[in-house]
Amino acid sequence: MSKIPSDLKYTASHEWIRREADGTLTIGITDHAQEALGDLVFVELPDVGRTLAAGEACTVVESVKAASDVYAPVAGTVVAQNEALMRAPECINQNAYDAWLFRLQPTDSKAFDALLDATAYAKEIG
Amino acid sequence: MLKQTALNTLHRAASARMVDFGGWDMPVNYGSQIEEHHAVRRGAGMFDVSHMVVLDMKGDDVRAFLRYALANDVEKLQTPGRALYSCLLRDDGYVLDDLIVYFLDESFFRIVVNAGTADKDAAWFESLRVKHALAVTIHRRSDLGILAVQGPNARDRVWQVLPDAKPATEELKPFSAAAVTTIVTDPDSELFIARTGYTGEDGFEIIAPHDVILTLWQQLSAAGVRPCGLGARDTLRLEAGMNLYGQDMDETVSPLESGLTWTVDFKDASRDFVGKAALLAHPATRHLVGLLLLDSGGVLRAHQTVHTDHGDGEITSGTFSPTLGRAIALARVPNAVQDGDTVSVAIRDKQLKARVVKPPFVKQGKILIAV
Repeated sequence: MSKIPSDLKYTASHEWIRREADGTLTIGITDHAQEALGDLVFVELPDVGRTLAAGEACTVVESVKAASDVYAPVAGTVVAQNEALMRAPECINQNAYDAWLFRLQPTDSKAFDALLDATAYAKEIG
Repeated sequence: MLKQTALNTLHRAASARMVDFGGWDMPVNYGSQIEEHHAVRRGAGMFDVSHMVVLDMKGDDVRAFLRYALANDVEKLQTPGRALYSCLLRDDGYVLDDLIVYFLDESFFRIVVNAGTADKDAAWFESLRVKHALAVTIHRRSDLGILAVQGPNARDRVWQVLPDAKPATEELKPFSAAAVTTIVTDPDSELFIARTGYTGEDGFEIIAPHDVILTLWQQLSAAGVRPCGLGARDTLRLEAGMNLYGQDMDETVSPLESGLTWTVDFKDASRDFVGKAALLAHPATRHLVGLLLLDSGGVLRAHQTVHTDHGDGEITSGTFSPTLGRAIALARVPNAVQDGDTVSVAIRDKQLKARVVKPPFVKQGKILIAV
């Protein structure tokens, strides 16, 4: 059974989102997603300063098995990327909620509230 | 409804991630696929390959039948137990399947074919038999399962749980098999043990009734042999430079353009075989090569386009090699492309450099290409 922390928000495309004290959003992929992908071996992150539309493919994660896109959960501007992941993609398998991918300054601060909560995401993945 | 092997309940109890593979519900990985891969390169791992199909062929004409039906020449098989890898071709020279054929005696050959192609193969063999009115019976052994135990310690682990099998199997050369009667589920369980595999490591493939396979799996697991899924099986075979039917060759290509020229035997000019005329009439213009990704920026995957100085080619199988820590691939490219050439591969929006190398990449734990 995959972990779904109750203090995070989620998308149906398996991103998790945490709102930081400064209003930025930290984004990663869920435990369910890393389990489905298997051993991760490559990560390509969005450049800092890039403007993303909601739902825009902006990150690529590749496991031994397959390549998969990660989508911006809301519109915003990239303010940080987790560079360490590019050298150690397996950190995502070890703890998907620790291994964040990138941080967004959301265009609309309320967009976060409309994302799925843990219960809704649990239902989503059945 | 997916078909299940006798080990299905055990796979699920071990939290295996299951996939539809050729109509069968099979484990792709239990935990980390990379660790399963390393277990086979460094110790011993085992694979449930009971989805593969055993066809026993018997009768006075069986050797003549297989000399005609297969692209490789079973005339090479003269010692009981010896095995041969071959393609099964259509009349137009394209590949219906690849298989291993074992010679047991003059009236008994055993063939192991892929799961997804077994029905097609059986129908094809049957049509050839009828057309040429040969004295051969073809018996599909649905009562048998197959367990592959692979790795530098694999044979020792098998002998540990089957000590009585050691005398009959310790002198087996690679690509040879022996029938063994020993205690597993009952005092005289019958096993067919072959020193073959699909990983580039030493080991055995064991063909036996399903209940024997189930008991052996549990005994080997208790002896420290790691259960491995089809995911690790794929990275191991690709490192070993072995083709996968349906990816590296199929009914749209010739074996001569699939790295399988060594398996098509034209030596005996008097031997006709299915596909021979077509292969002679159509020389290969492309060949299958290995690729090692030089740049970082992604993983080589099937269907990516390969740009070379001599025209474009395509990756047929690609993955991340756990042993090399780099992406590797098999690719079909124009004949003029040579080992050592630098080519570029389109991965998403980038062109990444790769070097043409001669497979295998890794065999028996050793890296065989310059990295």
